[in-house]
Amino acid sequence: MIEKALLKERFVKWVLIAFALSSLLFLFLIFIFILAEGLPLFLKVGVGNIIGGFKWAPTRGSFGIFPMIVSSFLVTIGALAIGAPMGLSCAIYLSEYSGKKTQMLLKPALELLAGIPSVVYGFLGVIYIVPLVRNYLGGSGFSLLSTSIILGVMILPTIISISFDALISVPKTYREGSFAMGATKWQTIYKVILPSAKSGILASFILGMGRAIGETMAVIMIAGNALKIPGSILDPLRTLTGNIALELSYASGDHRLGLFSTGVVLMVIIMILNYIANFGIKRKIAK
Amino acid sequence: MIKQLGFLCIIMTCLLSCTGQSHDKTRDKHTITIAGSTSVMPFTEKLAEHFMLDHPKFVIDVQGGGSTAGIQAVLNNTVQIGMSSRELNNKEKMLNSITICHDGISIVLHPKNPITDLTLQQIRDIYNNKIKNWRELGWIDRKIDAVTREEGSGTRGAFEELVMKGKEIDDSIMVQDSNGSIKEVVATDPYAIGYISLGLVDQKVKPVTIDGAIPTIKNIKTGKYKIVRPFLYVTNGELDMYAKEFVDFILSRDGQKILKKEGLVGFYD
Amino acid sequence: MRRINPRFIDKIVQIVFNMQAFFTVSILIVIVAIIFIKGFPYVNPEFIFASPEDMGRHGGIFPSIAGTIQLALLSILFATPLGVGTAIFLTEYTRESTFTKLIRFGVESLAGIPSILYGLFGFIFFVIKLKMGWSLLAGVLTITIMILPTIIRTSEEAIRSVPRQLRIVSYSLSATKWETIKKVVLPAAAPGILTGIMLSIGRAVGETAAVIFTMGSSLRLPLSIMDSGRTMAVHFYILAREGISMEKAYGTALVLVLSILSINVLAYYVMHRAISKYS
Repeated sequence: MIEKALLKERFVKWVLIAFALSSLLFLFLIFIFILAEGLPLFLKVGVGNIIGGFKWAPTRGSFGIFPMIVSSFLVTIGALAIGAPMGLSCAIYLSEYSGKKTQMLLKPALELLAGIPSVVYGFLGVIYIVPLVRNYLGGSGFSLLSTSIILGVMILPTIISISFDALISVPKTYREGSFAMGATKWQTIYKVILPSAKSGILASFILGMGRAIGETMAVIMIAGNALKIPGSILDPLRTLTGNIALELSYASGDHRLGLFSTGVVLMVIIMILNYIANFGIKRKIAK
Repeated sequence: MIKQLGFLCIIMTCLLSCTGQSHDKTRDKHTITIAGSTSVMPFTEKLAEHFMLDHPKFVIDVQGGGSTAGIQAVLNNTVQIGMSSRELNNKEKMLNSITICHDGISIVLHPKNPITDLTLQQIRDIYNNKIKNWRELGWIDRKIDAVTREEGSGTRGAFEELVMKGKEIDDSIMVQDSNGSIKEVVATDPYAIGYISLGLVDQKVKPVTIDGAIPTIKNIKTGKYKIVRPFLYVTNGELDMYAKEFVDFILSRDGQKILKKEGLVGFYD
Repeated sequence: MRRINPRFIDKIVQIVFNMQAFFTVSILIVIVAIIFIKGFPYVNPEFIFASPEDMGRHGGIFPSIAGTIQLALLSILFATPLGVGTAIFLTEYTRESTFTKLIRFGVESLAGIPSILYGLFGFIFFVIKLKMGWSLLAGVLTITIMILPTIIRTSEEAIRSVPRQLRIVSYSLSATKWETIKKVVLPAAAPGILTGIMLSIGRAVGETAAVIFTMGSSLRLPLSIMDSGRTMAVHFYILAREGISMEKAYGTALVLVLSILSINVLAYYVMHRAISKYS
């Protein structure tokens, strides 16, 4: 009887280990299959000609994605320029100024909005933001600016919720000490709370960047997808994700491999961002 | 937890048994799978809707994916029929192709745009970024928002061959991935120009005459309007009798009448 | 130059933050309001239960609703045991070690991968290499991997927050480890786990990029797991992008957003109740 129970325990343990290993297995599979499709072209055409190349004409043997790398970073920076100040000030309001009740109501409400599908954001962008930009600022409206605005709003929930967590975890004694020395609330926030929550806030920005750079459907709806590096904020542009989604269903042969190479570059960028974000968070915990 | 899990399980079983049952029902149905060009897809769906009304035993599964993907799918035998909006290239020549109709590619503008006629050369220059401003074509001083299809698209392939004639489409031209999305851009942006399948032109956009010829079925048949490409059904070897019945329906007068009503160029008058 | 009174600055700053927060919240309210107001006139029983005609220009969206439910529930069916199992292993069966760090690294990395890369992977692995074609199954497996990190993280948190005393009491009654987990820990952690499951359903329902390249976009109701299908999000994307019908697009958006929001509200409600129970 006891032996049977022991056997069962051991069985359960092995099953659970197998389950736990599945995440690693999936990660491994994703890496292997995207690399297996994406790397051959790097070897064939040359890393420099893909990452540094300016011309994307996959059916005629040019696989340069440099403009898309630049464009991906441009929209990400644009999104951050809009989302970061709004998100951070919203987080500061929630953690420092609002009452407990407002906080309890607003925070989940803002987090809920992370659930609105990206296609809906893209659709609203096309219907409302694009004509606004076209009529008042010029260009077609399908532009770096419109894309940045929509992505900026999309990353708000990420930035708010993570920087709020960072702000709220600053010990109460810091605030009390600062007030005791006669500092005003703003002085306390500016000189004490923000510096001690710095790494968490930074992590929220980087995770927001990760979301912006990985966003696909909303971007192909608003960005215009022209291959050139945008010369102004009113010019259209194509991101790495947009390139994959636009052409994947039509591509075959080397063209398809080229899209997987685009995927490899995207994967590397995301990995670096995640590493930096995790590093930032870890440093905060260590402190 | 146990209760909730149990509840979940019940839902699951219902769901699975539902799918199982309906699967039984489909067993005595004849399924035809079709995939490929997003330009041909809407018309195939229309034809399939009509066909299935008269033939309730048939299930026709139509998917997009693009000309190239459709041809690939036929090669791998994942679908029975591939749809293509371009001619087969040399590597694909061992497949059978059936021309179901012809389609004009129409150059479209926003309805508010006063320009009605363009030359082939002007269109080529717009897409080559030599003409950048509507002023150069006799309208207001505003940048031209030209839109093209993505690399690999059958419509783009035909456009490059028939209009660009070896000249490159410039990198600054906007790209959309379907006829429908190009139409949407042109319908909402007064300064846009795009090209779409003639069958999809409606009052939302305005087709222009090219070198004096309006894109109409008549002008295509007489050869006056020259931007025309075939719509193909591609098969790997012989079709089974059910798929053949569907193809025969399309090539029949009834089928061709439907295509004609949709603005395509069929085989009968 | 005279120094400005810091108290005065403090007041200004407070007003600025209040306005900023108000502005952010109102953007989000406006988004939801637009969807509700524009979509409401088109949503009726016929819209929900009828099949689309003429590519969705007329008729309803029933096949896409059914496709969404099938995709979400089947993904959950696969992801829940895997995710909860992983969480149990991480919390109950090991101490922090290189091995758990490795698994955590895997989970964190999966969580950071953007959905288009899941789509790319699902397309090459399930659709092409395993020859599933565009099918419900390929979509389900892709989404399963995508939602796994959410389920693992929330379950882990839920299991960790179960008080130690409960376990000790169970052990003192000579229950084995697995019995303790099954009869004591899991029931206590159930609300938290359920929250994770519901959040994952919300994510599966709203996903487009990973679904469109694996499950395809056939408008027909998937009758077996090897059939292709179209979820509401994909249907909405196609309606809006191809300009097929703005009315139907708004209607679909409303049904889509409403179902995600209500699933998420329910998730927060369950979690909130669980938190108030233990604190």
